[in-house]
Formats: sequence, structure tokens, C-alpha cells
Amino acid sequence: MSTIASASALLDISGLSITYGHGDEAVVAAQNIDLTLKPGEIVALVGESGSGKSTLSKAIIGLLPQSARILGGSINLGGENLLSRSERELASIRGRRIGMVPQDPGASLDPVKTVGSQISEVFRLHPQGHKLSRVELRAEVIRLLELVGIDTPEQRISQYPHELSGGLKQRVLIAIAFALKPELLIADEPTSALDVTVQQTVLEVFTKLARELGTAVIFVTHDLAVATDIADRIVVMQHGQIREDRPVLEILRSPEDAYTRMLLTEATASGDASRIATGMGAITVPAIEVAGLTQIYGRGKTERAAVDEVSFAVRPGTTFSLVGESGSGKSTTARMIMRLLEPTAGTVKIHGQDVTHARGIDKRELWRSLQLVYQNPDSALDPRYSVSRIISEPLENYKVGSKAERRLRVAELLDAVNLPTRMAALGAKELSGGQRQRVAIARALALGAKTLVLDEALSALDVLTQAQILALLEDLQVNQGLSYLFISHDLHVVERISHDVGVMRQGRLVEVGTATQVLNNPTSEYTRLLLDSNPGALLREMATN
Amino acid sequence: MAAYIARRIGQALLVIWLAYTLVFLAVQLLPNDPVTIFLSADAAANPETIAAMKAQYGYDQPLLVQYFNQLTGLFRGDFGYSLASGQPVSERIGSVASSTLVLASSAFVAAVALAVLLVASATLVRQSWLKRFIINLPPLFAAVPVFWLGLVLLQLLSIQLGIMSLFPDGSFASIAVPVLVLAIHISAPIAQVLLKSVDNVHAQPFVDVLRAKGASPSWIFFRHTLKNAAAPAMTISGITVGTLLAGSVITETVFARSGLGQVVLQAVTAQDVALVQGMVLLTATAFVLVNLVVDLLYPLLDPRILKSGTHGAPRALVA
Repeated sequence: MSTIASASALLDISGLSITYGHGDEAVVAAQNIDLTLKPGEIVALVGESGSGKSTLSKAIIGLLPQSARILGGSINLGGENLLSRSERELASIRGRRIGMVPQDPGASLDPVKTVGSQISEVFRLHPQGHKLSRVELRAEVIRLLELVGIDTPEQRISQYPHELSGGLKQRVLIAIAFALKPELLIADEPTSALDVTVQQTVLEVFTKLARELGTAVIFVTHDLAVATDIADRIVVMQHGQIREDRPVLEILRSPEDAYTRMLLTEATASGDASRIATGMGAITVPAIEVAGLTQIYGRGKTERAAVDEVSFAVRPGTTFSLVGESGSGKSTTARMIMRLLEPTAGTVKIHGQDVTHARGIDKRELWRSLQLVYQNPDSALDPRYSVSRIISEPLENYKVGSKAERRLRVAELLDAVNLPTRMAALGAKELSGGQRQRVAIARALALGAKTLVLDEALSALDVLTQAQILALLEDLQVNQGLSYLFISHDLHVVERISHDVGVMRQGRLVEVGTATQVLNNPTSEYTRLLLDSNPGALLREMATN
Repeated sequence: MAAYIARRIGQALLVIWLAYTLVFLAVQLLPNDPVTIFLSADAAANPETIAAMKAQYGYDQPLLVQYFNQLTGLFRGDFGYSLASGQPVSERIGSVASSTLVLASSAFVAAVALAVLLVASATLVRQSWLKRFIINLPPLFAAVPVFWLGLVLLQLLSIQLGIMSLFPDGSFASIAVPVLVLAIHISAPIAQVLLKSVDNVHAQPFVDVLRAKGASPSWIFFRHTLKNAAAPAMTISGITVGTLLAGSVITETVFARSGLGQVVLQAVTAQDVALVQGMVLLTATAFVLVNLVVDLLYPLLDPRILKSGTHGAPRALVA
């Protein structure tokens, strides 16, 4: 697969096979993998969850979970096979010769230790030559913090992780990874938990350091756009196998594998906002209309407007997307619209009815026509309930129909979200992420809701699953005349689904208009910044040519 | 920080006051006043004697006056008088408290050490059978009654092997064995909670990052996991103080040691309400004090606690 002679290779993996579990229940996670990396090369490992990309990257750094078994093959780093090393020898290689930048910066630093001690720990773990004195250690840490672009490093040293933003935490983790100038870095989705603008600066710092220090990088990602932006080569994985392994430009110009082509199509697909729900031409009352909506937290000195005088309307049978970074007030706005949170000021109208002060029975009535689909399908469904019980729960709560009628309604709803009827008996745990989100949508529609609030409903899903759920949402919109308030930080998805777009920043709605207007000719500085930070410049260029 | 400490101390005082009030009310619920109850053991108590004793100990006063007199007495360390001996309750308790204090505090320290030892070995041993064995020890420790273990050890060590005296003689064994018996029982809940807490910490991504840094399992356990996992175990340790005092009473009885156990036994048998009342208050105060110390230690373990305590911002802000 690779033409590079293994003599000059830094990393040479051949015939690697890994399974989880034993006997008949064993799941193959990696099958006969061959992969070579030259010193200083940046390779993106792309694939959906379950494709084996994380297993492969964990195997390289020797951090496979206990249930994993390596059936065969070798992982050579600079000519020595890591698989034949003892745990003690591996520990001396980790952090010194192979580094790691983790996925979730929020949980990847010890919360009860200072930032400085966690960076200097690398030097204490791998003493080289003479032992560094406290002063020398401190100087090293400050130098590293400066290297990753953290200002006032002297103060940061004594701070705890919770005092740092997500982007700063990831910079600290990058500093830790680069501390001993490793030959190889494993970066496992390092920016997927960050906002786009932060993602861009962090990626810049990361690639700049890797290039300067000549560090080879295996960059694991599900986001083809990010992969094309930073990598020399892209390796596409599916079902534990490598589908394609070629330089970025080649893979973009002429993908050979069918799966790669599918990923590329999804990554560059654009929306079809011309679809209009049936029978919606006559109705003009907005599905959701908010005016001067405000939420203020705290009092006195700590007073802060989480949402500040936000006004917009969702036209019936269309999708209105609210975009913005975390902390911009999107979710707070959604919760006030759902009447899960009392607004400090402003009005909320649902289907023309003022529900700002609805309580008790009125609130319950509101939730018949307005429902919420959450971000994380894993925790939004009771793991001990069966699918049919989850979907029929709202019917029971509102005492709708007899038992037989409810069963019929569940079958109808499963059909509407394209799930086979036999799934009704399964437990929520037995479903995949995409299937769970379909169940969540079916539950939201159970009482005949006409308007859905989708709070980052696709963020936890893979690209291809996202595309399927998007198609489902579009179908439901056309067939049942649904209106959506779609909350997302992912501009790519927003572009695809929205008729109208509102951009939020620090609690304010900075721009609102049709999707084409906002995304193609943004009037506000901030929207332009968001669009520029969106990864995949190369990809978009290729798509338009 | 100062506000946090002040708030916790305030809460502790409140709990002690509530405990006192509750005990006072409970005494009033008795069918008779303490003196009458105490003297009822005597078949023909002279009504004049009863009246004289009531006047002497202040039980003839209106209830509200009794309540406040006793309450202000508490602040001066005056817990009233034992009806049986006529000694001040504080003196009666104070004369033997040190023996119990030595037993209880040594047992507490030993219990915490035993729990950490169990959890560390359960986490760090490689052999899975040994790990399973260690994990199953705490439930066993919790299931074995203190008096049973004490009697078995006495039988074995002093009657069969004769290496320990049946009665406390000041030898090392005569203090170490009761301490061990008590510590084993107390260590069980602490070890169980700590084990669970360590598992939770080890499931967090930062542990993977530590391994990727090249840290060994014992480095991770002693330098990171323990501090992260300590808070729930400390909460449980604070709560075991109640069990600790109850266990001390049993242990003292089994090993024939003088201490609060003896006093409680005598007070209850003699229906000496004033003495019982003092004991209850003492236990409540010890309980509150230890838990206050635990509360004050939390911020040293986890810097996030003070942050969430002083800022009233709702969590929705970060959503």
C-alpha cells in the first residue's frame, strides 16, 4: 500500500489484527492493518465511530482497554517492535517518544492538580541526564506554555484546570504532549469538543509545532474537512480495515473506494432549501415567535445576560437555525421557548398563542404541540425502558387512547422514523446512536407535535448517520408540515437544513436572515469569522470546481 | 474561604443545639421526671426524699427555665449531675473518656489506613484472582459483628494460645487487639466507598492522558487517583463516628476495658437519665465535630468546591 521503504520509516505497522472479547462474541476491531509513517509526516485517520480508528491509535501508544486482544502483526517504532515490549519499557516510551493529545480537553486534566504541576510531571516521569531543579522545571513549563501561545504563563502555572477555557486546556495538553519532543504524536479527535473559532487556532498551534519540531502525527478524526486542512495523507478506515491511503489532493480529486466517495459527497453536500411542506402555503402564523426574550443570571456584580433581547420568528413548515459558540445563549433561548426556564423579560408565542406566562395545565397543553429533541441520545432515553415504552410514555402521561391504540400509534411512529416494527421490543441500550436519535424523534412526535426544538440533535452522530437523520427530518417536514428550531454549532449541517438562520453571540442575536443571505453574504463581522473558521477550505474549493 | 468556614461552623453549632433540644424534649416525654424514675427502683421511696432531690437538681423548676438553665450550663461545660453518684456528669464522663478516646481514635486511624491499603492493593495487583479476593474483603468485614470477632480473638489468643491477658494489663496486645477488632469493622464502609470512587476516577479520560505521559499504575494511584477519589470516602469516614462510638462500647465490654462503655451500661441500668442525657450530647458533639473537620478538609482536596460555594451562578450558564 505504501511505497516508502520501511528502513526510512518512523512507524511501520504490518498485519495488525485486534479483537474485543473472546470466542463467539469477539468483535473484530482491526483487521490486517498495514500503515507506514515517515518522520515528520502528518497522517489523518478518518472513519466513523466503530471503524477501528481509535483502536488502531490506542494500540500504537499501548493503551488498549483490557478486553482488547492483539491477534497478530507488529508495530515497529524506529525499528523496534512495541508489541514485544514489557509494560515497564512501554511506560518509558510513552510521553517521551510517543505523545498523545486527547479528545476531550474538559476531562483530560486532573481537576485537583495545578496546570503547572501537570506539565512538569512529564519531566519528573522521564528524568533525562541530571535532575532538573525546581527553578529549571518552572522555566521549562513557562517556555512550553509560551510555545503553545498561552499568555501570562507565570499566572497560569498555579491555576487549576477549571479556571481555564476549553481551548486553553487543549493548549496545555498540547504543551504536555510536545514537552519531550516525541517522534510521534497520536491526536485523537483533539478539537471535536471545541467551538469552530477555537478549533481553528488550536489546530494552527498544533500543526505549527509538529512541523517545526518534525513530529510525525496520526490525527484521528471523523471530520473529513479538518483532515484535509491539516494532513499530508489521509487514511480512510471502515469496519476495521483500511479502505484507502493516499495523499490529500489525490484522494480529493479521485477517490477510488466507494466508501471514501460517500464520505466526500456527504462532506460537500449542500442543502435544498427549496423544499416546502405540503399545505403550508396558506398559513402565515409563525410556529415560534419570540420578542425581546431575555434571561439574566446572577445579581449585582455577577449579573450577566445569558440571553439579551432576542427576537425572531420560525415560519411554519420551515427550519430556523440558531448558530453560535458554546455560551452564546442558544440552549438557554431554547429552554425559555420550551418554557422549561422562566424568561426574565420578553414574550414567547407558539403557533400564534402567547405562552410566556403559561403554567400548570396550559404548559402541559403547550407540550402537545411543541417538543424537544436533545443532543445526546444516550442519556435522553431511559436505558431500562423498551423502545415501545419510551415512545408510548408521552401517550400514557397525557392519557391518550387505549392500550391497543397506543401500540398501533407506536408502530405508526416507528414507521415514520424508518425503524422496523420489531425494534419496539428492544431496550434502548441495544440501539446504535442513530437509531436512538430516531426513537427520540418518534417520542417527540407521539402526541402530534407540529414544532420541534432540536438542540444539537445531530452533534453526537457520525457524518453518515447525520446525513440519514437529516434526510428523515426533511421528509417529516415535507410530509407532516413540521417546523424546526434547529440549534447547532456545525455550520455545515446548518447550511444543509435551514431556510432561515440566526447567529448568536454572547446572548445577542447578531444576524438573522435567510440561509443564503447569512451564509453567503454575511453582514456581521462575527458571522464572517465563524464562516472563515469553519474547517474544510480545501474541500469547499474542490467541491465548487 | 472565610465565608465557607464560618458557614460550616455555624451549621455545626446549629446541629448541636438541635440535638440538645431533641434530647431535652425526649426526656420530657418520659412518663415521669428523672428523679422519680431513678428512685422508682427503690420500692418505697419517700415523697419527701423525691421532692428534696428534685429541688437539689433543679427538676422542680418550670420547663422553660430548666431548658435554658441546662442550655447555658452546656456552654460552661456543665452537663448537670449524675443521679446515681451525685458527681457532675462532666466529671463522671471525663474520668474515663480518655481511655475510650484512645481506643476510638486509634481504631479510626487504623481503619482508614486499612481501607487505603485494601483499595491500593485491589487496584494495583496484577493477578485477577487476588484482586477479586481483596475486593470481597470489605463486605465480609462489614458482616462480622464486633463482639463476635472480639470473643473469637479472646478465645484464641488468651485462652488457647495464652499470649494475651483476658483483662487489660497495659501490654501491647491488650490495646492492639481491641483496636484491630474495631478498625476492621469501621474500615469496611470506607474501603467500599473508596473502591467505587477509585473506579469512577479511573474511568475518566485524564487517567488515559496520565498513562500516555508514561506514568505507572502506582504513580497514577498515589499521586492522582487518591486525591480525586478521597472526598466520598471522607464523607463516609465522618459518618462512621457514630458506629465507632457504639463499637467502642461493645469492644470495651468484651475486653473488660474501663471507658465510656461502662458508664453507659451503668447509666442505663440505673436509669440515671441525667447521665444518659450527657452521653447522648457528647456523642452528638463528637459526631458534629468530626464532620466539621471533614467539611473543612474538602476544599484542600478539591479547589472546585470553594468556587461552586461562593458563586451563585446557575449551571445553565455553561450549557
